[in-house]
Amino acid sequence: MIPSAFDYARPENLQDAFALLAEHGDEAKLIAGGHSLLPMMKLRLATPSILIDISRIDGLAGIDATRDGLKLGALVTHAALAASEQVRKLAPALADAAAQIGDTQVRNRGTLGGACAHGDPAADYPAVLLALGARLRIAKKGGETVKEADDFFRGMFETALEGDAILTEIALGPAPHSAYVKFPHPASHYAVVGVAAKLELQGAKIASARVAITGVGDSAFRAKSVEKALSGVDAGDAAAIRSACIDAAAGIEARSDVFASGSYRAAMAAVYAARAVTAAAIR
Amino acid sequence: MIELRLVVNGEERRLEVDPRTTLCDLLRERLALTGTKKGCDRGECGACTVHVNGRRVLSCMTLAVMHEGDAVTTIEGIARDGSLHPVQRAFVEHDAFQCGFCTSGQIMSAIACIEEGRASDPATIREAMSGNLCRCAAYANIVAAIQAAAESR
Repeated sequence: MIPSAFDYARPENLQDAFALLAEHGDEAKLIAGGHSLLPMMKLRLATPSILIDISRIDGLAGIDATRDGLKLGALVTHAALAASEQVRKLAPALADAAAQIGDTQVRNRGTLGGACAHGDPAADYPAVLLALGARLRIAKKGGETVKEADDFFRGMFETALEGDAILTEIALGPAPHSAYVKFPHPASHYAVVGVAAKLELQGAKIASARVAITGVGDSAFRAKSVEKALSGVDAGDAAAIRSACIDAAAGIEARSDVFASGSYRAAMAAVYAARAVTAAAIR
Repeated sequence: MIELRLVVNGEERRLEVDPRTTLCDLLRERLALTGTKKGCDRGECGACTVHVNGRRVLSCMTLAVMHEGDAVTTIEGIARDGSLHPVQRAFVEHDAFQCGFCTSGQIMSAIACIEEGRASDPATIREAMSGNLCRCAAYANIVAAIQAAAESR
């Protein structure tokens, strides 16, 4: 399992990285932690002719609490997110997800930005970013754009990132009543089904909810009928929450594989959606 | 070929490497440090666990060239003055292995697990060690060894 030959470059700043991307076009791949890309390269499912190592570019690994919530650099590792008091307080769903990715060794190298840019249909973060209404900052030569999570995750291994662009930062508003729960594949720890929920509470009632599901469809998606059904539900009423979540995977063609059939994934989506909402409600 | 400088077990090494070389292959094939094992070569088994700048990582899942200037510690670098590291000793005392193939990775992971403060009880240890598989299923003794090593600190 040895990748095909490639060149290697380690730019020290974004401008140099943009120049390399412009020079090499589709032949280039960005690498940060490498924990999604390297396995694909070893299987020769990815055969870039040059790797651009962005892992040492300054200023992309911060966790900053601001008045508007959190600003997270794309190079922040899963371990750093899982260990951050600020993340635990302001966006507990994100801390939940980070702490459940792979194992400790994986979490020490894998990055938030890398996992999002990879677009794996069973990755954990996309559900959290959708539920929390994250904004993803994308830089390219000559300017920056900000994409809503709703517009970023487009399909299986497909995102809104273009070949000449670099995901640099993810911003989140405060989401104290949020949680992420998952049914992990027992070996890979990828999500067979993973659900993130963010609630606005008004007294004992759910004023509004955002619920997003990963592992089930070709990419993570918002369960909008569930979000609607949760509005006005008593946050302590487990039966009402379960009933609101029953059609969590409605309208989605759930993926089947040797581990779980599509109909099983859809059924578990409802179960885990209810658990995520319940967990978010008591935070 | 890319010039690379790293510090392995306290010793500076300068090499020219093919960018494809994983840290695991560099340690084993270029530096003859074969204590680090290559099991699955895809980040699932943990046999290749080493420490980079004090944190445990999977050496098969990272390219050597990405570690310019980094400090790498392998199983060969943890004994001191001819005495086994306390975690090595605990593994021997608790018979925490059978075939031994996963043991280097288990021990490197266990040292980090204790450093991270996650060796307080068996459930916490099992979760913190979930990235290291043992096909002989010596898990019960591995957990006991780690707990004993943590308590004797």
